[in-house]
Amino acid sequence: MIPFRISIVAGIVSLVFLVVIFELIRRRRLQERYALLWLLTGAVIFLLAAWRDALRLVSENIGIAYPPSALFVIASFFILVVLLHYSTVISELSERNVTLAQQLAILEERLRRAEAQAEERPSLPS
Amino acid sequence: MLPLPVEERAAGRRRLAIVPALNEEQTVARVVAEIRTVDPGFVVVVVDDGSSDNTGPVAEQAGALVLRLPFNLGIGGAVQTGYRYAYANGFEIAVQVDGDGQHDPRELPRLLEPLLAGEADVVIGSRFAGAGSYRAPLARRLGIRLFAWLVSLVLRKRITDSSSSFRALNRRALGVFATDYPHGYLETVEATVLASKQGLRLSEVPVVMRQREEGRSALTVPLSLWYAAKVLVALFVSLFRRPVVRLEEEP
Repeated sequence: MIPFRISIVAGIVSLVFLVVIFELIRRRRLQERYALLWLLTGAVIFLLAAWRDALRLVSENIGIAYPPSALFVIASFFILVVLLHYSTVISELSERNVTLAQQLAILEERLRRAEAQAEERPSLPS
Repeated sequence: MLPLPVEERAAGRRRLAIVPALNEEQTVARVVAEIRTVDPGFVVVVVDDGSSDNTGPVAEQAGALVLRLPFNLGIGGAVQTGYRYAYANGFEIAVQVDGDGQHDPRELPRLLEPLLAGEADVVIGSRFAGAGSYRAPLARRLGIRLFAWLVSLVLRKRITDSSSSFRALNRRALGVFATDYPHGYLETVEATVLASKQGLRLSEVPVVMRQREEGRSALTVPLSLWYAAKVLVALFVSLFRRPVVRLEEEP
């Protein structure tokens, strides 16, 4: 049996969570493509909190005796997915960061030489 | 007809010496000077990997071009900067000579030999292929041996020193490494595997390495364990990876 209080608390928390994500997107502090996974996480938790039969069904099928634990397990799984996604994002960003630093070093050297050359022949139109 | 000496055969090819350096103001000028003494045809580019000392200005005074990275990338990222520079500027041969003075530029002709003969795309200067004796702490020697053994296993080809950074590449290899090169430390092990998987021909020549003159290895014990683990993962994954860079035709 799922205590009502747990369903109510979980439902409210996930709703607040969804509203916060929405607000962050609206204020452009969170890009939609990074918000998608969080929205999905919030939506799934809300669904399982509100639709008590679904949660009972899920927990029975994966062999969890106490349904609120299933809620916890499912939420953890979604958080893992989000974290893994972030690791891929970080990897890509650091890859680009390295390339940018390398290009910058090469361009800077070219610029210094071009400037030195320009100084040697001061025939530029003034 | 006798083949010409290495120096003369190399004469027509544009060649670049890449010297990665992190806080090596004590040694970098000598390395640059020695390379130019051995073969004045080399353009020397020092990649300053975010040094906090005078490595950059000292290298410039010694007659090198200096590529100054805005922050420390680690040896892999620094060396790749040199490869990108070499590839973009039409160099045909590039060698890596570390800025700490461990690599003896007098060995360069030996390193270039297989490239000029057209027998290899990447030449590795090996510390264990027979010339001289390499003295280093036991743990380090064991680590180097272990990686050489693993790499030999992965590539099904005998490699005695997969982690030596004293290397020479032709333009074909430059094209690969300018696009795809491992970052961080111990990157040479991964680079060896990457090169072979890409279809580049590897060759090892025995070289004598000098004792480190100034400064110490950037690798502390926990750090080297961390990177050893990283390389193990990279080696394992490389077994299941296809080449990503298309090879250029050798002219």
